[in-house]
Amino acid sequence: MTTNFPSKVHITTTINGQQHELLVPGYMSLLDTLRELIGLTGTKEGCLDGNCGACTVNVDGRIVDSCLVLGAEVDGKEVKTVEGMATPEGLHPLQQAFLEEAALQCGICTPGFLVAAKGLLDNEPSPSEGRIRHWLAGNLCRCTGYDKIVRAVQKASS
Amino acid sequence: MVATFEPKTDYRVVGTRPIRHDGYDKVTGRAIYGGDMKLPGLIWGVMVRSPHAHANIKSIDTSAAEAMDGVFAVITGADMPKAPSKLVDLGEGNINFKWASNKLMAAEKVLYRGHPVAAVAAVDRYVAEEAARKVVVEYEVLPSVTNVVDALKPDAPILLDDLVGDDLGEDVTNTNMAAHVRHEFGDVEGAMSSAAHTIEREYNMQMVHQGYIEPHNATAHWDEEDRIKVWTSTQGAFPARTQIAGILQVDVSRVKVTPLEIGGGFGGKIPVYFEPIAALLSKKSQRPVKMVMERTAVFETTGPTPGARMIIKLGADANGKLTAATADIWFEAGANPGAFIGPAAMCVYAPYEIQNTRIDGWDVLVNKPKVAPYRAPGSPQVAFAMESAVDELCEQAGWDSMQFRIDNASKEGTRRGDGVLFSKIGMQEVLDAAKASDHWNSPLGDAPEGKVRGRGIANGYWFNIGLKSSANLAVNADGTVQLTEGSTDIGGSRTSMAMHVAEVLGLDAHDVRPVVGDTESVGFTDVTGGSRTTYATGYACWQAANNLVDVLKERVAILWDIKPEDVDFNDGLFSSKAESAKTIGFKELAGKLDDLGGPANSTGAVDLESAGDGFGMHIADVEIDLGTGKTDVIRYTAIQDVGTAIHPSYVEGQLQGGSVQGIGWALNEEYFMQDDGRMANSSFLDYRMPTSLDLPQIDTVLVEVPNPLHPYGVRGVGETPICPPIPAIANAIKDATGKRLYNTPMNPGSIVESLK
Amino acid sequence: MHPFAYVAPNTVAEAVAVLAEHGDRARPLAGGTDLLVKARANVWELDAVVDVKNIPELMSLSVNGDGLSIGAGVPCYQVYENEEIQAQYPGIVDGASIIGGIQVQSRAGLGGNLCNAAPSADGIPSLIAYGAVAKISGSNGNREVAIEDFATGPSRTVLDNDELLTSIEVPKPAANSGAAYTRFIPRNEMDIAVAAVGAFVQLDSSGQNFESARIALASVGPTPILAKAAGDSLAGKPVNDESIDAAAALAKDAATPITDMRGTVDQRKHLVEVLTGRMLRQAVERARG
Repeated sequence: MTTNFPSKVHITTTINGQQHELLVPGYMSLLDTLRELIGLTGTKEGCLDGNCGACTVNVDGRIVDSCLVLGAEVDGKEVKTVEGMATPEGLHPLQQAFLEEAALQCGICTPGFLVAAKGLLDNEPSPSEGRIRHWLAGNLCRCTGYDKIVRAVQKASS
Repeated sequence: MVATFEPKTDYRVVGTRPIRHDGYDKVTGRAIYGGDMKLPGLIWGVMVRSPHAHANIKSIDTSAAEAMDGVFAVITGADMPKAPSKLVDLGEGNINFKWASNKLMAAEKVLYRGHPVAAVAAVDRYVAEEAARKVVVEYEVLPSVTNVVDALKPDAPILLDDLVGDDLGEDVTNTNMAAHVRHEFGDVEGAMSSAAHTIEREYNMQMVHQGYIEPHNATAHWDEEDRIKVWTSTQGAFPARTQIAGILQVDVSRVKVTPLEIGGGFGGKIPVYFEPIAALLSKKSQRPVKMVMERTAVFETTGPTPGARMIIKLGADANGKLTAATADIWFEAGANPGAFIGPAAMCVYAPYEIQNTRIDGWDVLVNKPKVAPYRAPGSPQVAFAMESAVDELCEQAGWDSMQFRIDNASKEGTRRGDGVLFSKIGMQEVLDAAKASDHWNSPLGDAPEGKVRGRGIANGYWFNIGLKSSANLAVNADGTVQLTEGSTDIGGSRTSMAMHVAEVLGLDAHDVRPVVGDTESVGFTDVTGGSRTTYATGYACWQAANNLVDVLKERVAILWDIKPEDVDFNDGLFSSKAESAKTIGFKELAGKLDDLGGPANSTGAVDLESAGDGFGMHIADVEIDLGTGKTDVIRYTAIQDVGTAIHPSYVEGQLQGGSVQGIGWALNEEYFMQDDGRMANSSFLDYRMPTSLDLPQIDTVLVEVPNPLHPYGVRGVGETPICPPIPAIANAIKDATGKRLYNTPMNPGSIVESLK
Repeated sequence: MHPFAYVAPNTVAEAVAVLAEHGDRARPLAGGTDLLVKARANVWELDAVVDVKNIPELMSLSVNGDGLSIGAGVPCYQVYENEEIQAQYPGIVDGASIIGGIQVQSRAGLGGNLCNAAPSADGIPSLIAYGAVAKISGSNGNREVAIEDFATGPSRTVLDNDELLTSIEVPKPAANSGAAYTRFIPRNEMDIAVAAVGAFVQLDSSGQNFESARIALASVGPTPILAKAAGDSLAGKPVNDESIDAAAALAKDAATPITDMRGTVDQRKHLVEVLTGRMLRQAVERARG
């Protein structure tokens, strides 16, 4: 490690609407920042190389694989995770639809799918089945065969 | 216990679709999976793994790792307790503790790439990974062998010096052949030689992985009382305890396993990998230790299902009746014995009635990870061979392959390939439903220019297991019921358990609160596997609920000052046999229990033989790009006898999920092995499991032939659906291109090759 | 993963200074979708990553009369969601919209794709076909390199340790031109190309004849390849099956693939021929509007 740079980076970031001031090791992923430093373990680790989408979070309106983002990179940014989807009024329509349509079996991929699907519906309220399948191709599910997940997203669409 | 039950249809709760109890925590991110475990003072463990597939360990130098700041413990094979060579049944598969111990941490020799040789515990994961890189291991690299043909050659490198192979009862040494079994009935040679039509073909399949999204993990704390507490994602807390205690050579009562939520298993999370290692690191560091496996190691070192070589020969008479069959089956066991040739023999001919049959199976060691159960272990392989051969026989003789399957369908009394006689089964009902299905009666449609379409069908079978399950009930004062059951819940089974209890007690599904118990809060329960959970643990829940009714009748008897046997219970209402107007509801009674003898609890415990045979047929439509060889599945229907669907949504989900795993296996998934024994594609990127964009909706047809062995008619459901997809797609590809493929994966390259 | 420091300079000069100081133990970080995977797998052992996303010129994206300028840190989604780029540079949109899934496209960009120098890079063939140029800044000043010359081998580029890719400049396509890119993968997304082809064609005003063409290939050599003879063969030829098939055969000849887990030599050469024909026809269709 060089002496030129601090080994930890001071960041201020908004996570699910709450501001956090953190010291993050330069090499620490956003995934570990959320899970280990903040304690938000709803975002899951599946592969650590951007090929399963289990760690999907939303940064400034775009969905990303949090395993491929450094915690230091979200300084000044707004991060949203699955823990931020429900409101005091109740579950997000996607969460409710996933329950009603039995769109989860083991549930490990569910947070990533929910955050990814919300990223779609926030911008395209009525996507076609093909568009949903394309948008969610970066999220692997091994239990459901995707059928009920796609139906749940359709149900939550306006 | 063999009780039989009359079919019933007047259910209140069974067959409805309540929201799963654990769903709220799972859609909000609150559910705690194994990897989410946190404890005060928790440190991280990381494995040091062999880069070689087969090598002797010459030396291990851990000093540089131990000297690093933040490192608390380093262990090697020398720290592993010496476990005896002893075979223990785990429900679905079994375990030899010596080999299991060596599998988790090599003693003197590494047998597959990624084989652990040391482990490090440090303050966090990053420091532990850096420390692991500083462990220096010197190897003497040995030649490796990664397929069954090479492994059985006389000059093959031998994996286990102490292996005594069983060749039809004869001991064999200096071999990679762990077992050779045979099942033979009737006059096979005679029937084959007098058959009007015969076909003989060889099929080869590459090893594939379960592909669960959650990596293996474990957290362990070896405390001052010498008790070992383990938190983990497992398919069975009790079988995990058996393994951990056996490998660590301690009494089972010293190990407490708390099963956390589990992110998929499909059989692959029955064996333990990290738990004993985390415990040993904890003992040495005096701290709780957590380990989470990297994805490459999941592929390289945990439970794939066997690659296979199979030769099938079929004989039929001039009327289209199967008369004879032989199957020679070689399965890759990986680095230790146990390649599921037993289940393969049980399944290969199961959908058919054939009088004269022979099966020979070989369990063969290769320098790959030890196989683990994967959804109907052994059955998808033999289904690919058998169902492909059946279609080709029909093509050769000019028979309709649907009608042929109907004409030869197994039924009550048919003898399975291993000799077992079927009781009430639903093969014929499934075929009738398939033939009547919308899919079967709809045209394929025209392919766009440059593409061709085809349709394929195939049968599938899994026998489903019973085994041991336990459940406890306690009545709350508000009239709800607390259920503690022993089956870890991978796919929504908790709710099915609650529905069993609610059906008996006349409650709503959500009046029963189910939790999965740890090994100190519920009785012994076997794995969540073998498609046994809803059947056997549901049965235990049903029994506990009936026992609770008996307990509550005694309380009603106190209330009314009558005898318990004079109390009736129906649909949630207790009544007096003598005075039928005298009633009290379950909830009202629950509120009065404090004055009627106090807490009302009950328990259920079962040990069951079979969960009832499960048969299915799938219909697959494919479209193939003749230029690139790419196959798209454009329509798919899974038809299956599910006994009684307790929660139909989750039964459909099992059929859909199994179908898609089979589709992935058929088209792209494989262990692509390099000459040095390395798996070249050990990432989700290159292993190529299907994404949402690779699939159509998966239609399901639930055929309900109630299982007489279960009070509500439940059959095992989860495994059968992975068996038909591979041959259904093979048969569809043949229909589309005119070319038959005999090897998996049937990827674009092999399709282009077949069209040359 | 070797622990590394994170630094996010605001200027090219600062970034170059850090890169110069650390040699091959520092790397620029744009989308991170390759960098962090390689760092985690210890393919690259790094002491520092230099986040370039605070450097305004590396994040600028502009389309004007001279052409298209893509800052080295601009993520794919900004490229393929831009309506002007969709209209004028469809070949680039074809490539940018299939790199990884949506999550990856939020971060990964064409600049990083170029610097990662994978033989299979989906972003590069269209840039070659359009005749794009890479702009580079370093301790010793600035220079420009044609995209087809940028990668020198798998994971290797012309960049020195003290150099930074700043932007990719794509010339404005001539009238009556069109382009298209596709790759072959066994799945429908989330895969590395078995073989890939990008084509750019310029037709005469009748739309019936080729004036010129450039064809670029990926996953069939150590770097993406400009199949020059294949493109040149079309100059002055009528647009028909004969000319296109002949060019496809020449593209096949230009491919020098290896056999690996993703495909065999024969399969890849076959795919180059099939895909070249398809991409030329699609580019022609787009050129004709």
